[in-house]
Amino acid sequence: MIKKRIIPCLDVKDGRVVKGVNFVGLRDVGSPVELAKRYNEENADELVFLDISKTQDGHDLMLDVIRETAKALFIPLTIGGGIRSVDDIRQLLNAGADKISINSSAIKNPGLIREASDTFGSQCVCVAIDVKYDSEREDYYVYTHGGSKNTDIKAFDWVKKAAQLGAGELLITSMDHDGVKGGFDIDFLKEAVKLVNIPIIASGGAGNIEHFVELFDETDISAGLAASIFHNQNVDIKELKETLDQRGFEVRLP
Amino acid sequence: MIGIVDYSLGNIQNVKNALEKLEQEFILSSKKEDLMECDSIILPGVGHFGEAMHTIETLDIKEDLIELAETKRIIGICLGMQILFEYSTEGEVPGLGLIEGTVSRINTVYPVPHLGWNTLNSRYETLDQKDVYFIHSFMVTGSPYVIATADYGVEVPAVAQNKNIIGIQFHPEKSGDAGLEILRKAIKGGL
Repeated sequence: MIKKRIIPCLDVKDGRVVKGVNFVGLRDVGSPVELAKRYNEENADELVFLDISKTQDGHDLMLDVIRETAKALFIPLTIGGGIRSVDDIRQLLNAGADKISINSSAIKNPGLIREASDTFGSQCVCVAIDVKYDSEREDYYVYTHGGSKNTDIKAFDWVKKAAQLGAGELLITSMDHDGVKGGFDIDFLKEAVKLVNIPIIASGGAGNIEHFVELFDETDISAGLAASIFHNQNVDIKELKETLDQRGFEVRLP
Repeated sequence: MIGIVDYSLGNIQNVKNALEKLEQEFILSSKKEDLMECDSIILPGVGHFGEAMHTIETLDIKEDLIELAETKRIIGICLGMQILFEYSTEGEVPGLGLIEGTVSRINTVYPVPHLGWNTLNSRYETLDQKDVYFIHSFMVTGSPYVIATADYGVEVPAVAQNKNIIGIQFHPEKSGDAGLEILRKAIKGGL
């Protein structure tokens, strides 16, 4: 059967990997190519690169970094951040991306999801969704632009819509949990996974091995993503996968 | 020499990266005279079956590919595997017809696309129990030439081989060391 996937995420700004807490307070943690090589060796199942410089500033696809990384990496690579058109996607796929992830531009132009999946196949179109709980309205809402803009779109509605438009996968980040290391947003993810018939990558909140066990135990989510805990080696990917294996989950072991 | 068929369908870069890692010489071309110089031909491919066949017709290389298959080793990867077969419901068009079987949407209780690492079941030692990376929504059906499958609520054909023609549904160029070894064996004369 299909394995649960463990995915390190590299937030890249101006060619360097950075990490913040709750989407702010960025800190340099290394070179993307070097980290990618390390994760390839540590038996990560995929890598996600999010170019966070583009969402706030200009428009510059980090093609050289992607080309160099793809040469060293024989596991799947997803690229996201600032993608606005089918032409952007074509350039990224040609540079060595296996999947692309669109976020703000999919909200602005939902037709891009359909256009991208019709052109390149839905399997390479991942829609990233940043979600935050609104305690006044007692519901989850979608945020864009690196978590700085509330769209007033209900998160569960957008999850369904993105899948209907042809997304092949969803990458759902809980902003309330991101960087806090208190565990994934099980409540949201448990519901979201019931709404769609495409794979979901859970992101935001993983602080230790037990959080991944909890994610796979309590939801039908197929992949867990994290950044700083892997970069800093607070959680060792090898040990994480061995633990998951011992707890009865199917994972890819070396 | 290996010839990668250039029909503008993405993902060629990663096949090139894998061949470089395996220290194989290759060319990228859609011209028959170039491909005739090669020992093995790789058909890459990501995307839509109908679009792929349309591009092949537009480039006018369908007959060339069928002719090359008479003497060359042909290796189709992912969509490149699917177009080796007779027909697909994705686009409702015929493929190259080099291997018996048709292609249709994966019918399973699990999410589609079939995306992620899955284990191969095969009587071939090179393939059996290897974890490899799949990403596809359509699969081969009704082919007697399947030599490896993966369990996804349905038996997903993972590798098909008819003499010198090999179809690989997963991405060997994205399946770590196990994938590179499978690709190396396929290039060197079969699994």
